[in-house]
Amino acid sequence: MEILFAIAIGTVVTASVYLFLSRDLLRGLLGFILFGTAVNLAILLAGRVGPMRPPLVDAAVLGAGAANPLPQALILTAIVIGFGLTAFALILTLTAHREFGTTSVEELAEAETPKVPANTAAAATRREAA
Amino acid sequence: MTAQLLLVAPLLAPLLGAALTALLWRRPAVQRPISLAATVLLLGAAVGLLAHTASHGTLVGAMGAWPAPFGIVLVVDVFSAIMLVITGVMAVAVALYAMGPGAAERDRAGFHPLFQGLLLGVAGAFATGDLFNLYVWFEVMLIASFGLLVLDRTREQIDGGLRYVLLNLVGTTFFLLAVGLLLGLTGTLNMADLARLAPDVDNQGALAAAAMLLLVAFGAKAAVFPLFNWLPAAYHTASMPVAAIFAALLTKVGVYAIIRVFTLIFAHDAAFFGPILAVVAMATMVTGVFGAAAHYDVRRILSFHIISQIGYMLVGVALMTPLAIAGSILYVIHHIVVKANLFLIAGAIRQAGGSFALARLGGLWVTRPLLGLLFLVPALSLAGMPPLSGFWGKLAVVRASLEAQSWVLAAVALAVGVLTLFSMIKIWNEAFWKAAPAGPPPAPPTRSQRLATFTPIVALAAITVTIGLWTEPFLALSFQAADGLLDRQAYIAAVLGPEAAR
Repeated sequence: MEILFAIAIGTVVTASVYLFLSRDLLRGLLGFILFGTAVNLAILLAGRVGPMRPPLVDAAVLGAGAANPLPQALILTAIVIGFGLTAFALILTLTAHREFGTTSVEELAEAETPKVPANTAAAATRREAA
Repeated sequence: MTAQLLLVAPLLAPLLGAALTALLWRRPAVQRPISLAATVLLLGAAVGLLAHTASHGTLVGAMGAWPAPFGIVLVVDVFSAIMLVITGVMAVAVALYAMGPGAAERDRAGFHPLFQGLLLGVAGAFATGDLFNLYVWFEVMLIASFGLLVLDRTREQIDGGLRYVLLNLVGTTFFLLAVGLLLGLTGTLNMADLARLAPDVDNQGALAAAAMLLLVAFGAKAAVFPLFNWLPAAYHTASMPVAAIFAALLTKVGVYAIIRVFTLIFAHDAAFFGPILAVVAMATMVTGVFGAAAHYDVRRILSFHIISQIGYMLVGVALMTPLAIAGSILYVIHHIVVKANLFLIAGAIRQAGGSFALARLGGLWVTRPLLGLLFLVPALSLAGMPPLSGFWGKLAVVRASLEAQSWVLAAVALAVGVLTLFSMIKIWNEAFWKAAPAGPPPAPPTRSQRLATFTPIVALAAITVTIGLWTEPFLALSFQAADGLLDRQAYIAAVLGPEAAR
């Protein structure tokens, strides 16, 4: 079971890294969502898959197959926070698309208004894009 | 009971401030005094906490009366209290400064609720004793900083903001992954409990991996080499009060987290992490200062210097001697004051000269001699000139490196100081000394705007001079904080009870 989990997490992380490498913001964001999911799975795995006695709860109250709720609580918190951050990043991407007509990282950087002196500003923009 | 109230007060003040200012969204004129009052309350509570911890030792509060390690604890030791006080000082300074020019547009965009939210996240990160709780405070701080960064919604800001957002999202996800690994290895996330259990973990390799993940996550926040790219891409776009509070606090929360985690949880493996941190510290100092040398925009130069200075703050945790850690803490105190002040002065330069670009500035020494003097105080302090505060911080760090026989570290720290001086002189020569460029000067600000701009600048410059001329109490406090950080058993005993320590 652990091996299966590990392979699944690895696959999702691979997909997310591929998406991160894209120059398109939306793909990068999708990569972040996938990465967050993989990390949540990793927390679940770190808390052990299968039954485990949770802290502070009398064993007699629980059935034999009860799982430790602590990792699940952590994941729930992480999902809620991740949702908020993703929503903000999406709105920002949407603003960029509406106001500048692009979601490409390169085009956004290139279109920055040049500052004086012109040559150093252009060099700075190039360096940032690189 | 009063002590417990004191413990949560630095969190309650900005929380209350955020709630009230958000309720009064449409009435900026009322938001301003509320925001200022909340920051004053934060500062007062933090000073009270520092006085309490310095005389009575570490203060621990179990939230909801759930005993550690099951519930979440707030733990404030001398180091945390120092960080809270400096947060309070910066909060008051920036709340005042934000009443200067441009306040109307900023306030309409929601500056005050976001500012208070940022302070809440920062104060929470300094006060918590639980690793997952630290993650939550990081996110509170992040989401507020996202909002602050894109306050004016210019193209520059949205571009810089997107980079900042994406890189920070990945950074905090690494943090979460490390939290998961540590939970799997030890079964606890209470920092004192982690410190107690970490030396006995069988799989030390996995523990080191989790530590490196934490270093990546906190390092991305602190903008250390090679994770600093987002900072110069984003900071120069923010409006000046926002840039000042970012420069003062955001990266320093990362530094705080690195110092806290590596002196507490992973201290038993310091021989392994020390050299890594030393190399990171040196590379951070050097890249930052060279980046600054290449730029001709005041804000970009200052942004790169933040990176460079972060390196000095990591020397303490790389060497793990009392002097080195005390030096790092003194450096953090000095740097926050100086750096925020330089950003505030950059805003004043913009008001006086109409631009941030050095090529368009000039002649300010003739028209604004007071501003020139006020610039020199933090600028020379940043470069480490005696008798200003930066000199003592650098002296302690360099001396600690020499005592630890890290000759390279000491040499790099000194060389970077010289290059810092070069950058500061560049700003001085271009903005203040050379002839004024042609063109009409911008309209002078009103009297009340000038007051709002210059009161915090003068106050912060006074703090810099005070630390420089009257170093003894600050150094003593830094040493007390360093001793507290190195005495892990005392921390564990304070949180988990004396029987847990050994």
